[in-house]
Amino acid sequence: MSAWEPVIGLEIHMQLATVSKIFSGAPTAYGAEPNTQASLLDLGYPGVLPVLNAEAVRMACKFGLAVNATIASRSVFARKNYFYPDLPKGYQISQYELPIVSRGELLILDEDGREKRIGITRAHLEEDAGKSLHAGFDEFTRIDLNRAGTPLLEIVSDPDLRSAKEAVAYMRKIHTLVRYLGISDGNMQEGSFRCDANVSIRPRGQQALGTRTELKNLNSFRFVEKAINFEIARQREVLEDGGTVVQETRLYDADLDETRAMRSKEEANDYRYFPDPDLLPVDIDAAFIHSLRGTLPELPDAKRERFVAQYGIREADAEILTMSRATADYFELTVARSDPRLAANWILGDLSAALNRDGLEIDQSRIAPDQLAGLLARVADNTISGKIAKDVFEAMWAGEGSASEIIEARGLRQITDASAIEAVVDAVIAANPGQAAEYRAGKDKLLGFFVGQVMKDTRGKANPAEVNRILKERLKS
Amino acid sequence: MSLTKDQVRRIALLARLKLEESEFDDVVDKLSRIVDFVDQLQAAPTDGVAPMAHPLDQPQRLRPDTVTERIDRDAIQANAPAVKDGFYLVPKVLG
Amino acid sequence: MSEDAGALHVRTVTELARGIREGEFSATELTEALLERIRRFNENLNAFITVTGEQALAAAAAADKARKSGSAPPLNGVPIVHKDLFCTSGVLTTCGSRMLANFVSPYDATVVERLKNAGAVTLGKTNMDEFAMGSSNETSWFGPVTNPWDRSRSPGGSSGGSAAAVAGRLVPAATGTDTGGSIRQPASLTGTVGLKPTYGRVSRHGMVAFASSLDQAGVITRSAEDAATLLRIIAGFDERDSTCLDHPVPDYVAGLGRPLRDLQIGIVRQHFDEGLDPECAARIRESLDVLRDQGASLREVDLPNLALSVPTYYVVAPAECSSNMSRFDGVRFGYRADSPEDLLDLYCRSRGEGFGAEVRRRILTGTYVLSAGYYDAYYLKAQKVRQLINQDFRNAFRDVDVIAGPTAPTPAFALGEKTDDPITMYLNDIYTIGANLAGLPAISLPCGFAGKLPVGLHLVGPHFAEQRILNVAHQYQLLTDWHRACPEGFA
Repeated sequence: MSAWEPVIGLEIHMQLATVSKIFSGAPTAYGAEPNTQASLLDLGYPGVLPVLNAEAVRMACKFGLAVNATIASRSVFARKNYFYPDLPKGYQISQYELPIVSRGELLILDEDGREKRIGITRAHLEEDAGKSLHAGFDEFTRIDLNRAGTPLLEIVSDPDLRSAKEAVAYMRKIHTLVRYLGISDGNMQEGSFRCDANVSIRPRGQQALGTRTELKNLNSFRFVEKAINFEIARQREVLEDGGTVVQETRLYDADLDETRAMRSKEEANDYRYFPDPDLLPVDIDAAFIHSLRGTLPELPDAKRERFVAQYGIREADAEILTMSRATADYFELTVARSDPRLAANWILGDLSAALNRDGLEIDQSRIAPDQLAGLLARVADNTISGKIAKDVFEAMWAGEGSASEIIEARGLRQITDASAIEAVVDAVIAANPGQAAEYRAGKDKLLGFFVGQVMKDTRGKANPAEVNRILKERLKS
Repeated sequence: MSLTKDQVRRIALLARLKLEESEFDDVVDKLSRIVDFVDQLQAAPTDGVAPMAHPLDQPQRLRPDTVTERIDRDAIQANAPAVKDGFYLVPKVLG
Repeated sequence: MSEDAGALHVRTVTELARGIREGEFSATELTEALLERIRRFNENLNAFITVTGEQALAAAAAADKARKSGSAPPLNGVPIVHKDLFCTSGVLTTCGSRMLANFVSPYDATVVERLKNAGAVTLGKTNMDEFAMGSSNETSWFGPVTNPWDRSRSPGGSSGGSAAAVAGRLVPAATGTDTGGSIRQPASLTGTVGLKPTYGRVSRHGMVAFASSLDQAGVITRSAEDAATLLRIIAGFDERDSTCLDHPVPDYVAGLGRPLRDLQIGIVRQHFDEGLDPECAARIRESLDVLRDQGASLREVDLPNLALSVPTYYVVAPAECSSNMSRFDGVRFGYRADSPEDLLDLYCRSRGEGFGAEVRRRILTGTYVLSAGYYDAYYLKAQKVRQLINQDFRNAFRDVDVIAGPTAPTPAFALGEKTDDPITMYLNDIYTIGANLAGLPAISLPCGFAGKLPVGLHLVGPHFAEQRILNVAHQYQLLTDWHRACPEGFA
């Protein structure tokens, strides 16, 4: 165990999946032509005033409920003042002293597989800034304010994480949760789910925290893990060399797999937070919370536990199946007409592989749950072997029809008739007297050879269990 | 309480206001006078008094989540100081 | 053009609306007459930044058509002007600043929209202290406005242009904004009526923000009746402004007739000290006698924290302003410095060159009082004192219906007299600022002269008591003539 203990806190900035912006009626859809979704308010025009989006408030509260947090009965918007071209008003409307959500928690599994509680300090609403595009041919930076005003929920964890792996586990859990809740699409490539990490280390056993650095530009789970690991090692080296860690912001460079101090744009910012006088305090009462609670879906942990209990599948499989609501729903639809363990294997195996290969999400699957169930039924009733089923699966994926149709069309019915198999087995043994003798002499491994031959002669259609049984029987004598 | 030149320089930077050297002393003087003037507040008896951010004792109204803006970018940008291909332009920002 | 009392340019909004409605004269005639007066007088007054002659004549023609069709709105054809702080679609909106000297607004402020819909004809945008920061209309990029009563003197500010235009009989009414007294103080100095409604009574959508929790839109007119008429049109809920309340709008005109018999008037002990010009003090006392003769009762009230209202304001307003002004950076609209070296230079020079000295001073003050280490001592402290001031008023209004006193400590002062020391200028607002800090409705109305210069009587009411203060002002105007006095040369 290392002499140094890492202490990590994550700040996640997540775009809420509202249709319009947090303070204006401009659309939030991704990918529009520059500045075609920036209303006068989003452009910071004089005289235009913010009006709060009800759905953003509901979404923030749903998150709060899902992490057992306190939802403020009164929360306040504050101005965070600084100058940057993608911040048109010269201030960001955020929340400072009275955030809408505070003191929540999330359970993750630590490195040893034990449950660990991670505290969530707060989650607050704020508006996103626009985009600055620096790369280009000329001496200008281009500003696109389409994104300005998109609602964000900033989720701040307590510094309870103790390793990069824990950080990723926490981040994944939040990612899954918010997609379950339908409050964010969690799309890291499009920037709707962004993560900063605060990292420090201290001598194990020490209470006081070390100096922390803030890591930015972590836009994938993999980068989060790599960046944090790099930073922990870097800080350890600095301290072991007798130096001190400088409190600074560092960017992660994925190509070089290192963190680098950000070239400071200007001196340290004094944000001069004060309550935004254009907005009144947000009041949330018990009735509102109560009605919101009723709209929450079954959350991932509960669903995972139910899958294990109700379907008898493995914990690890349940974990993956419940990572997305879409996958979990697909599984349950399949299981309506098939064995759960078989369904789990196929969804996590062949279906997953096919989706990945073709770059599809599960709700774009070329095989629907009931169709998969049909295939699994044919396996379960021994119509075809598991191996043949894989071929049938590919044919279904290619659109050739249902499992039964393909099996009939290609004549893939498994041969289970004992006498038919016996005939082939006898023929194979007769054709391979040498190997038969060796087998009888004790070379058990040769069974595989005989199985292979029988399968070849039956074009894979013989029921493997029967083949094994009959071969063993016939070779004994 | 007089402000120092350094303080004023720092504040001017935070506020992104260029002050000419020739007006600097005057600005420091006038700001110091204003700060002196408002320092009167220090003596006010405000223990236990809640700050008043608003004359209104009302909660924030919520609006429905619908798209209500029809944005005519080109009309808006007709008056902009520096635009290209729909983007606003600023001198290149490094880092 | 007749020079008698019935001349078009001396008539009130109410009289003009009726005149058009009854066919005594056309909207076009009226608009032409006033545009002619503006041409004649504006060079001396400098009350206008933009005169929208063509658009006005087109609107007047449309008004004449509407009148014939019989479906005319209440203010059909009545000319009005807007303080250049209100956004007017397709028309220059400069806020009296170099920063917006070329800014054509893409939309109309709610106040502008509502008056347009009521049939009013916009003649132009009036001059003002830059971004509403000032009490003398001397900080405008477009030059100072002069007071029609004495051209060597200030008309007050920041709505100096609106006040001068109404006082000079160039227009019957004008919109203004009031953050610390910017409607009422110029009204007092120019012998006009200036109304600041309760905070939240009128929408701030389209009103360029100076200090968001203090700003309120209002009107400058020559009669309380006109102010009531216009308030009825501009007041009311607007979903585009979160701070605009959904409070029913009464028929303010219908309520003007209530007698003064049961009125309880509060006089603030702290008002009548050595800071108040003795002639002004005398006029105020005389006007209170008039009210008392009608059956009103006077009693003394105490606003113990009154002396702190100016320093409180000069922490809160600059703080909010420093943040509101940050959007002016030369990037998307407005003034942009030439050939900036880098981004920092773009910001610092666009803002340093685009803003005048008073605006820069307030931004710096505001930045200072919000900055790390000073927030608690200044901003937070000021908001607490603001609460004390609010409580003072609330306590006073338990015993009285309105609080009366002077609007300004002196009559109109000379141009250039107070520009050296900012504090001297700030103290002009000592009587008016409290109403902004507490969000209360207040009105200034002419109540006599100090020598040849008008004096204003100030009435403050509790929240949403516009009806009462308009009623008191109107009753006073039924008994006196001060509001009809016209500056020499402008008759």
